[in-house]
Amino acid sequence: MSTAIEIAAAVSAGEQTASSVLESYLSRIDDREAEIHAFNAVTAEEARATAAAIDASVAAGETVGPLAGVPVALKDNMCTTGIATTCSSRMLEDWKPPYDATVVERLREAGAIMVGKTNLDEFAMGSSTENSAFGVTHNPLDVTRVPGGSSGGSAAAVAAGFAPLSLGSDTGGSIRQPAALCGVVGMKPSYGAVSRYGLIAFASSLDQIGPFSATVADSALLYSVIAGHDARDSTSIPLPVPDVQATLDDGVEGLRVGIISELMGEGPLEGFEPEVLARVRDAANALAAAGATVAEVSVPSTIYGLSAYYQIAPAEASSNLARYDGVRYGHREPGGVNTAAMMKASRTAGFGPEVKRRIMLGTYALSAGYYDAFYGKAQRVRTLIINDLAKAYADFDVLLSPTSPCVAFPIGAKSDPLTMYLNDTCTIPSNLAGHPAISVPFGTGADDLPVGVQVLAPMLGEAKMYTVARAIELAASGGQS
Amino acid sequence: MTDIEQPVSSTMLSAWEVDSKVERETSHLPAEWEMVIGLEVHAELATETKMFSPARNHFGSEPNTNVHPVCLGLPGTLPVVNGKAVELSIRLGLALNCHVQRCVFARKNYFYPDMPKDYQISQYDRPLNINGWLELASGHTIGIERAHMEEDTGKSTHVGESGRIHDAGYSLVDYNRAGVPLIEIVSHPDIRGPEEAKEYVAELQRILIAVGASDGKFEEGSLRVDANVSVRPAGSDELRTRCEVKNVNSLRSLGRAIQYETQRHVDLYLAGDRPVQETRHWDEEGGRTRAGRSKEQAEDYRYFPDPDLVPVDPSPEWIEEIRQSLPVLPRERRQRLVDAGGTAQAAALAVERDLDQLAFDAMSQGADPERTLKHVANNLAVDGAQTLDPSNFAELVKLETGGGLTATQAKQVLAEMVETGNAPGDIAAQRGFEAMESSELEGLLDGIIAASPDEWSRFCEGEAKLQGFFTGQIMKATKGQADGKEIAKLLAQKSAG
Repeated sequence: MSTAIEIAAAVSAGEQTASSVLESYLSRIDDREAEIHAFNAVTAEEARATAAAIDASVAAGETVGPLAGVPVALKDNMCTTGIATTCSSRMLEDWKPPYDATVVERLREAGAIMVGKTNLDEFAMGSSTENSAFGVTHNPLDVTRVPGGSSGGSAAAVAAGFAPLSLGSDTGGSIRQPAALCGVVGMKPSYGAVSRYGLIAFASSLDQIGPFSATVADSALLYSVIAGHDARDSTSIPLPVPDVQATLDDGVEGLRVGIISELMGEGPLEGFEPEVLARVRDAANALAAAGATVAEVSVPSTIYGLSAYYQIAPAEASSNLARYDGVRYGHREPGGVNTAAMMKASRTAGFGPEVKRRIMLGTYALSAGYYDAFYGKAQRVRTLIINDLAKAYADFDVLLSPTSPCVAFPIGAKSDPLTMYLNDTCTIPSNLAGHPAISVPFGTGADDLPVGVQVLAPMLGEAKMYTVARAIELAASGGQS
Repeated sequence: MTDIEQPVSSTMLSAWEVDSKVERETSHLPAEWEMVIGLEVHAELATETKMFSPARNHFGSEPNTNVHPVCLGLPGTLPVVNGKAVELSIRLGLALNCHVQRCVFARKNYFYPDMPKDYQISQYDRPLNINGWLELASGHTIGIERAHMEEDTGKSTHVGESGRIHDAGYSLVDYNRAGVPLIEIVSHPDIRGPEEAKEYVAELQRILIAVGASDGKFEEGSLRVDANVSVRPAGSDELRTRCEVKNVNSLRSLGRAIQYETQRHVDLYLAGDRPVQETRHWDEEGGRTRAGRSKEQAEDYRYFPDPDLVPVDPSPEWIEEIRQSLPVLPRERRQRLVDAGGTAQAAALAVERDLDQLAFDAMSQGADPERTLKHVANNLAVDGAQTLDPSNFAELVKLETGGGLTATQAKQVLAEMVETGNAPGDIAAQRGFEAMESSELEGLLDGIIAASPDEWSRFCEGEAKLQGFFTGQIMKATKGQADGKEIAKLLAQKSAG
């Protein structure tokens, strides 16, 4: 299979048509989508029309974008004009946005071809894509297992070869964890690097859109296309995007890499599979062999990350999801005796159990008299984590940890919500701090399933993060690329 | 950030304290009771677009035409603060002598169909403007606790028998108003009666209009008032249980609602009962308030900082620039006329008519203040009055006070001045207006006495009503050009013999 960079080059040069590229991906979708269920919708017709338009542009000698003819799958929580955007919820089953998300506009301008909307845990709440109202997504590497979540559909789409690239959203690890479980590259940018306009909110202060890809170079390419200031998102950073592609192969000679002790099973946090920890150490050793300085570093407050996250994210979600009341759009349950009863019935019928659980948790956390004890305290933990990470970054350029404490687990194995939440232990600190982090596949763990190594970087440290990720990728392939 | 919560200067605070001891207007309650009133005024800001959305801010459009995905709260949309709304809010804040500070938007969460996101973006513990004051024409000072920015809701129409939501057959919602920028001005409970409440709102309205923050139209809902009302034994400092009276749609309703509600509180206390803290709705037709939500049933709004927005931190330079661009405020405009010799009432009217600058300029050029303001009050409620040349106006007043023109003549000349812009001297000459010499008048009167000897002897014997008869005769003979005062003087002299 070709990389996105190769496809774009071939299409731009007229060596290959976007249409023929698209058809090869659509036929792979035809072959395996029934057993994977990566998509809520495959938009083949729209994709064919876009591909034909790209081909016409190339034929006419026009300049085409950096993703010319590259198929891209979109997590189904990003708004697409006239195409259902469901968040894998009954609530939005038939909702067709009248506008495009900023990332969708940027993909179109770059010449990408959207092939479909991918499955997710309902409203991005989950770590296995089992919470979708439209059925589970299966891990392409072992269809009895979950792909991770919540961007499980986007991870599975790239892993199954349904598209060379996809976009996910990451609130507590929802890009990186499924990337790890599906053996692909997944990156969460710095908070504010990519516009959230048109991303249906789960937890506004944590959500970021980011790329899935088979290679680190493709990840950097897609990041370069979607990143940059957007006046429609007040939290968007008004700075130029660093040229992460230019520094990709700079090598790690002289870089200081810290392994976070608390996320290596050396503290109170439990549940790390030994093979997973072994692969992280292997990756660290490979970086050392490539010239980096590697040492362990303690980031003490990371152990409170999960608790803080499960105050902040549900609190914001309880407010963000209030608008789904059956009045203006989305699911409306008929027969309510008055507006309040209609709203209640619609929300009861429209939301799944995990969404309801988090709305209740969040409503409680924000209640009068509890705010300081819960939401307020969680925000203070957030500050602690930022401070602790800042201390670590005084001595290290990047940090390393597992992405997920375990490899892909069987569908239905983690029915207890708390057990499921523990999956996000390693990924949550980056969301709370607003820092970038990437998951790169590095070898395998139990049952020959892929392990993801996470590279964390300070705010807007995408360039060095990608350089290190690229070095890990090189080491994982035995130096071949 | 130490300066941020710095209160107003101690001079201002003491002004409040002193003021609260000043005897207030008569409240219409039994003398041993006193009203304690705080007002929350919502004003729609006069922006082109909405608070957080590019949709148009315009009253009276077809329903649901001034909308955009953002103010409809569609999934995935994000708010962006309208800089103009911030500027107008700061203008008002400065005009109300507030401290302008770094502020944070917060979400106020509650479910209501006319609120697209089921939360309202408002400000909670970090409002834009704090600790101000407003001085009324009476000289009383009302403290301003805060003036913060927020977005308006849509407008529901409940189609059913009563027009109320609970028994409506169905409801229609117009989202044109949803997201319109509002400033909410919260006063301290410094207001002591319905008249003062009305005066406060009227003055606030004048300030809103003067600084260009709002068009301040009650009738279009761009100005709305909620009253927090309680009573206490006169002279006491306590704050008793208050009720929030909503649905007050005019100054008149405000006065009536306060009168009703305070009397209700007094009646309850006198009966050995007490009011409960609750929201009450003013029923204009019934002339009474009706219970709404009680404190126990009150919503928990679960305020928290809106994570979609960043704090607004106006730079000292920007605040100063705005301060410099503020117009002279109504209070100072009135004061200027009073200092120049006008009465408070006449000054207020001149400012109301936006003729105070004209009057002030004329008075500065030597025109008699009383005469000048009398013209403003009686003869200048006409189009084009503002275009009068102050020097010409001053000249006219001087002609009149100098005896060169009678009051009636002056009025006619003034009207022509407004129409033509000509100088008063020219107009008077053209019309042949010249104040009549006393000797001329006397000759006229002698002729009239000769023609009506009977009336004259009765007048001389004390039949005072005949003064009108002789005045009328002279006016008739002079086609109204004679000076009434001169006639009276002459009649008195002659009849006294």
